[in-house]
Order: sequence, then structure tokens, then C-alpha cells
Amino acid sequence: MDAKRTHTLRNRLLPVLSITAVVIIWQLVAQFIVQNRNLLPSFTDVLGAFLVLLESGRLAFDFGTSLMHFGIGVGAALLIGIPLGMAMGWFRDMNTAANPIIEILRPIPPLAWIPFAIIWFGLTPVAAGFIVFVGAFFPVLVNTYSGFKGVPKLFVEAARVLGCTSPTRLIRYVALPAAMPSIAAGIRIAMGVGWMCLVAAELFVGGRYGLGRQLWVSYSLQQMSNVVVYMLLLGILGLAIDVLFRRYVDGKLLKWRTGEVV
Amino acid sequence: MSKLTIDHVSKVFEKNHGEVTIALDDISLEIEDKEFVCFVGPSGCGKTTLLRIIAGLDTATSGEVRLMDMPIRGPDPKRGMVFQEYSLFPWRTVQDNITFGLEMRGVPKADQKTTADTYLNMVGLAQFRGAYPYELSGGMRQRVAIARALANEPDVLLMDEPFGALDAQTRNAMQRELLEIWEETQKTILFVTHSVDEAVFLADLIVILSPRPGRICDIIRVDLARPRERTSPEFAGVRRYVLGLMNSCQLSQ
Repeated sequence: MDAKRTHTLRNRLLPVLSITAVVIIWQLVAQFIVQNRNLLPSFTDVLGAFLVLLESGRLAFDFGTSLMHFGIGVGAALLIGIPLGMAMGWFRDMNTAANPIIEILRPIPPLAWIPFAIIWFGLTPVAAGFIVFVGAFFPVLVNTYSGFKGVPKLFVEAARVLGCTSPTRLIRYVALPAAMPSIAAGIRIAMGVGWMCLVAAELFVGGRYGLGRQLWVSYSLQQMSNVVVYMLLLGILGLAIDVLFRRYVDGKLLKWRTGEVV
Repeated sequence: MSKLTIDHVSKVFEKNHGEVTIALDDISLEIEDKEFVCFVGPSGCGKTTLLRIIAGLDTATSGEVRLMDMPIRGPDPKRGMVFQEYSLFPWRTVQDNITFGLEMRGVPKADQKTTADTYLNMVGLAQFRGAYPYELSGGMRQRVAIARALANEPDVLLMDEPFGALDAQTRNAMQRELLEIWEETQKTILFVTHSVDEAVFLADLIVILSPRPGRICDIIRVDLARPRERTSPEFAGVRRYVLGLMNSCQLSQ
């Protein structure tokens, strides 16, 4: 019992120690070795810049705008990717027809779509959302497809014998829940990729707010401390989204798979 | 009344390169209401295929199966099935697994609960209603599978080696419980097994199938009074007799 407590204490303490150590080394290197704020802002420089930005009240708008771009992209990816993946996994002809198109489009990097995003949607949040969409769409599609493809035949037969015979009911009551772990994993990957596309999308599409946008503006103004602030915010927010999603999925959707991580 | 007629059923599987396997060859059998029938035979004798045809999951190449003179065309809640492997839906709780069939038929929620209670009590798992399948032992899972099949109130219960994956002790206990359930619910049960011991313990009628092509080799009526004593000389006698028949079946191939 006592050994266990020391163990958890250690697990809590070690991350705090390692982070503190990195911050101290960072501060010392920036302040005494590099001695150039543009090349490497120190921890205190960044902290100061963060407090100034916080006071200006604009961070909330940057957060909100980035989340909107992200929401548009990921939302559209789920809305199109899940039904299409389901259809391809369930109906063989659908897969044969759609697969070649997908295999051609999939390797195109999301950022290569930026010119058309701007031409089609203008310099709008939708254009930024579209880039996120391209990044998030394929992981959702592919994982939904493989989840549906891998539904155990036994579950389908058990359901049919119990009177669940129409394709739509089999999909709703058997295939969808059975494929849920795979779909959830796909959404998680999609959100990771979408988040990475976000910064690039905001660089090109512009607008007044957005974490990625402000990162670029700060660079143009040579405010490197602000650049670090936005970098860290992007990292922390990305992590928060992932943690919240995992909590929700493990607690609600996949309670029946306790102990397994998505 | 639920007379089941198996009428000249044959099943041929065609492999990719044109080879054919005759899984079932001209099976005919009449099964009376409330009878407990065991199909025994070595693996590959088509006993599972026959059960799947009766369930409506496979179709016969020729011949047909009729339940109360109605030909079987596809799966139907009238014929409940308990599978060999664990077929519970892992994303549903024990209770929600049991009510699945009722939900499909649009039975009101309150009635679903009442039915679930009945069968949960019958299989002795009332306190596990909220558990997920991964929390249950193998024997408990198969009890839930039996309850799930019975909740639909089928005329016939089809069981495909349901206790095959269980350890010997659990298996014996499950056999006794199944007989109690059978006496309580008065269902016709068709039970596939490769264990002669299991068949002699359970069945009114033992149907011995021969392998490739699957044919009915012999039918034995077991007249031992229930509960049957596995260690009694009469039991041993019947078992020896059935084993002897199975051997001569295989030799005559």
C-alpha cells in the first residue's frame, strides 16, 4: 500500500520536475548564452508577452476563430466521411466504385488545396475550414470503412435471427455500434491532422483573428515572444481537444470496452 | 404446436475451382412439439449447416424445412438460436441484449422490462442486468444468450454446440439448467453437439449424422427417466450403444 502511494506520488512529481527543469534551462540559455530576444525569447519574455496579450482581450477572439475554422472542417469531415465510409464498408459495389477516386485524391497534401480553397470560398472562414476538412476527411473515411468492413458476421447473424433483418436496421443496431471503436479512433486521428492543417490554412486565408494567423502576423512584426505564445497555445489547445474527446468517448460511447484506449 | 419437418434437405457447397462438397445429403426428419433433439456426429458432418438451414441463415440446395407446414425462407424470431461462440452484443448490457429482439418488434419499454426480468430470473442472472458482456464468465454469457433467444418466445430453440467452449464442470451445470428451462418453457429444442455424453444426458431423440456427405445414420430414442445419472449403468449402456453406432457409421463410409 505504502509502496503504491510513493509510486503515484512519483508519477505526479516527475513530470512537474522535468517541465521545471526544461523551463530553467530555457531561461538560462536564452538569457546568458543566446542573449538575443529575436533568436530565442526567454521564458520570462514569453510569459510577459502572454500577460500583455491576455490583457488586450484579443486572445479569446483568436481562440474562437481558430475553433470555428476547426469546427467547420472537422464537422464537414464527419458529416461526409462517416456516411460514405459506412456505405463503402457495407455495400461492396459502393466500395468498388468509390475506392479508385479516393485512392487518387488521398495522397494530395491538404495544403495543395489552398489555391482552390481561396478561389472557391474566397478569403473566408469557410476556405480555412475547407483545408482542415481535407486533412480530417480521409482518416474518418478510412477508419469508418474498415470498422464497417470488420463487423463480425456472428453479430449480424445473431441480430437477424432475433428479427433485425432490414439493412438499415442492421446498420443502425449492429454495424454502427460494432464499428464505433474504429470510428472513434479515426475521428481522433482526424482531429490531430485537422489541427495541423489549421495553422497553414490561417496563414494563407487571412482574416483578423485566429491563433495561426496571429502567429504569422507576430512573425512579420518580429515579435518573437508572441510567436512562442501562439505556438504554445496551439499545442495546449490541441492537447485539450484530444483529452476531452478521449474522455467523452471512453466514458460515454465505449463504456463497454473499459480499460482500452481509443 | 410446432411440428418441424425436414423434407429431403441437401446442401452442396461449391468451391472456387468448381469442386463440390456435399455437406448434407437428403436429410428427412420429423420433429414433434416439445421434443429435445440432439444431433451428434464428427466435425464436418454438416450438423451445424443443418441447424443454420433451419434457422434460415443458409438455404438448402434442394428440399425444404417447414415449421407447422410453413416453409422456412429466412431468419425469423420464431426460431431462436444460441451460437457456439459468444454472440452477445458487447456494446449492450445484459438486459439490453435480452430485450434486443423485443425492441426490434416494437414491444413497449415497460413490457420489455417485464420479459427481461422473467428470463433474467430464469437463468439466475438478475443481479447482472446492468453488466456488460466482458464482465461475465463464459457460462454466464451463454446463459444470457439463452435468455436472449427465449425472450423472443420462439417456437423452436436451435443450439449450436452452445457449451462447447466451457469447462467440464460449468458444462454439466449448464446442461442441468437447460433441462430445467426446457421443462419450464416447453420449447422444442434442437441441439447440436459432438459430445455423446451431452446428447445422452439431454435428449429425447439422438440423431446420428455421418460425415461427408452428411446423412442420417441412425436415430435413437433415449428413454431414461430424468434427471439422468451420468454414472448409472443405464446411462453408460446408452452411451456405449450410441458410440458403437457412430463407429459403425464411419466404417461403412
